[in-house]
Amino acid sequence: MALFCRNGRSDSLVLEGRVVDPTRGTDECLKVTIDAGVIVRIEPSGSSRTVIAPAFVDPHVHLRTPGREDEETIATGTAAAAAGGYCAILAMPNTDPVVDSAAVLGSLVERAKEEAVVPTGFLAAISKGQHGGELTEMAELADAGAAGFTDDGRPVVSPGLMRRALQYAVVAGRPLALHEEESSLSRDGQMHEGAVSAELGLAGWPSVAESAMVERDVALGAYERRPLHIMHVSALESVNAIRAARSRGVDVSAEVTPHHLCLTDDAVRTLDANVKMNPPLRSEEHRTALLEALRDGTIACVATDHAPHARHEKEAPFEEAPFGVTGLETAFAALYTHLVVPGVLSLQTLLERMSAGPARVFDLPVPTIAVGERANLVALDLDAGWTVTEDGFRSRSVNSWLLGARLRGRVVRTVADGREAFAA
Amino acid sequence: MSDIRLADPPGTPPRSPRRHLLSVADLTREDIERILDTARALSRSLDRDVKKLPTLRGRTIIHLFYESSTRTLASFELAAKRLSADTMSLRSSGSSVDKGESLKDTALTLGAYDPDVIVIRHPAIGAPQLVARLTDAHVVNAGDGKHQHPTQALLDLYTMRDALGRLEGLHVAIVGDVLHSRVARSLVQALALVGARTTLVGPPTLIPRGIEAMGCEVSFDVSAIRDADVVYTLRMQQERMEAGEAFVPSLREYSARWGITPERVRPGQVVMHPGPMNRGVEIDTTVADSDAALVTEQVRSGLVVRMAVLYDLLTTGPVRAAVPLEVA
Repeated sequence: MALFCRNGRSDSLVLEGRVVDPTRGTDECLKVTIDAGVIVRIEPSGSSRTVIAPAFVDPHVHLRTPGREDEETIATGTAAAAAGGYCAILAMPNTDPVVDSAAVLGSLVERAKEEAVVPTGFLAAISKGQHGGELTEMAELADAGAAGFTDDGRPVVSPGLMRRALQYAVVAGRPLALHEEESSLSRDGQMHEGAVSAELGLAGWPSVAESAMVERDVALGAYERRPLHIMHVSALESVNAIRAARSRGVDVSAEVTPHHLCLTDDAVRTLDANVKMNPPLRSEEHRTALLEALRDGTIACVATDHAPHARHEKEAPFEEAPFGVTGLETAFAALYTHLVVPGVLSLQTLLERMSAGPARVFDLPVPTIAVGERANLVALDLDAGWTVTEDGFRSRSVNSWLLGARLRGRVVRTVADGREAFAA
Repeated sequence: MSDIRLADPPGTPPRSPRRHLLSVADLTREDIERILDTARALSRSLDRDVKKLPTLRGRTIIHLFYESSTRTLASFELAAKRLSADTMSLRSSGSSVDKGESLKDTALTLGAYDPDVIVIRHPAIGAPQLVARLTDAHVVNAGDGKHQHPTQALLDLYTMRDALGRLEGLHVAIVGDVLHSRVARSLVQALALVGARTTLVGPPTLIPRGIEAMGCEVSFDVSAIRDADVVYTLRMQQERMEAGEAFVPSLREYSARWGITPERVRPGQVVMHPGPMNRGVEIDTTVADSDAALVTEQVRSGLVVRMAVLYDLLTTGPVRAAVPLEVA
């Protein structure tokens, strides 16, 4: 098992509403009875006030622990996840120290067992110190509970090391998740290279810096016949490469963030550091391609890339501010408001890509609403309008690209692994 | 903020709603024309023996410079003093910035003195926007990284209008390292606003991809300057040639291909340069010292245009309405 959580009670609850479960094709008004954490009865109901869906799974979260507990802790990050409707999250290893040894991983697992409000998994580094030199002890890390491997935050620069990692990951039996960036092309890049960067004078991070690396890794994955997962895809050319590889039978999956689906590089004109992220926001043609790929399943997962940063680090000139934005508590509402309400994405597809999609890629239990299953449910009030404010976050950081935005759709209850983790 | 405020001295123009000059993109054609007309009116005061005007008496203007500067800082300071404002200049070296103070804290500290204007130059794009958010002062961007230098664009327009009598329909060729140039970005926007035509000329590695969207043409061939009214030469920065940073193979090759030499300048063209010049690199010495060169005129325009910008930010209306200008 690769997920860890605070031990506690299993709850007995009754949820009633419009049950939408894409894994079973369900869309009807039902009453779901949970006894001691397990769904024991599902019967017709007259209530349709809330939507009840399989809870969300986030394959890409930065919990900043160990090292930057001023930005996020396992307790605050998982509380934010619960408030966002998540029943499972995966944390990235680019912490201080890096999660590259069983000792560091073991201490995180122990802390998760004390603090985590929702089941939490930890990815370990591909290379020691994430320096891109030597492989980590993947087999031992897998035994210690690693949910997968990634050097997220930076690419695996050497094709030779990347190939070794693909070969050796067989022993660990866990997926590889890749941050795709050819650094000599993206070097010093602050935003997408295009008309807006030309106008603002910010150094460009061209889309080809991502897609060139995706092409390389897809070729290696095909050659080694090994699966790989492409993180936070941002570029049209990457989407094309992934789609073509999948059609050739390469086992490549991908994720996309809410901000890349909702915003374009036009937002950077504000020079607000809360729209600075890596990979950067791209132009409309890229956004449209990501949306189409999410629709047709080329991209199977929505991932928040929740990246908390200290206020004083983000309150700096755009060029000096760090990359990254928070997202756990706003992901559903942002995507519902920007994509489902205008009719460009169906609610069913969104719910699938936020839950079953990522669970399957990382070999986690797929949240399903059926008798006999552990309860992993989210209740959503689709009519609720709300404004994103700093004081509304459970996360320890407030660097959201949605501050001040008016959103529709709100998580009102989250049941994670049989326990009520959040109630509005 | 205290409720008690000392009354402004008599004759002080009423406080305007807070405006900034952060980017040429924030200006309209009317704004530009008003500022240039104000500068024209103010230039007449420079012919007098006593050059000081009482217009901004009692106002406080802080110059916050995080980058080295000679002409911009000097002309801003002089502009403020000519308008009788109280001025203070802070440089990053020898200040708390040396001790690691963040821009936010510096801005809050200076904001506590309640200045009317903060003029800021900073190497990072977005610094003036941050200061504008954190203080109650009017903020003037005196250059932020490779982004904007709006008063430079305004003084360049002023110089062109002075030399050629018009702006609408002028053809301006901007030659050199556009990629790293805040001067070029500001000027392209300003020229588009006033109805001039712009051609960017330089090595393909120094012309940013997608810049045509700003309303200009691009050529990699220096002969494209032939039919321009104005040849605007950009500074070729030595640091762009360093190992690993080599945007062009050598300065020698750059000069040979894109340098502004006497042979390349057509009679009737004027040549401009924002300074400081690298003689013999982007501009030949003969051209720099010729009558076609307006480099000194640009510096002179800088003073009156910055006076006009400060005046415009701190008063409500166009210069005609302002009585203090006529006080001798």
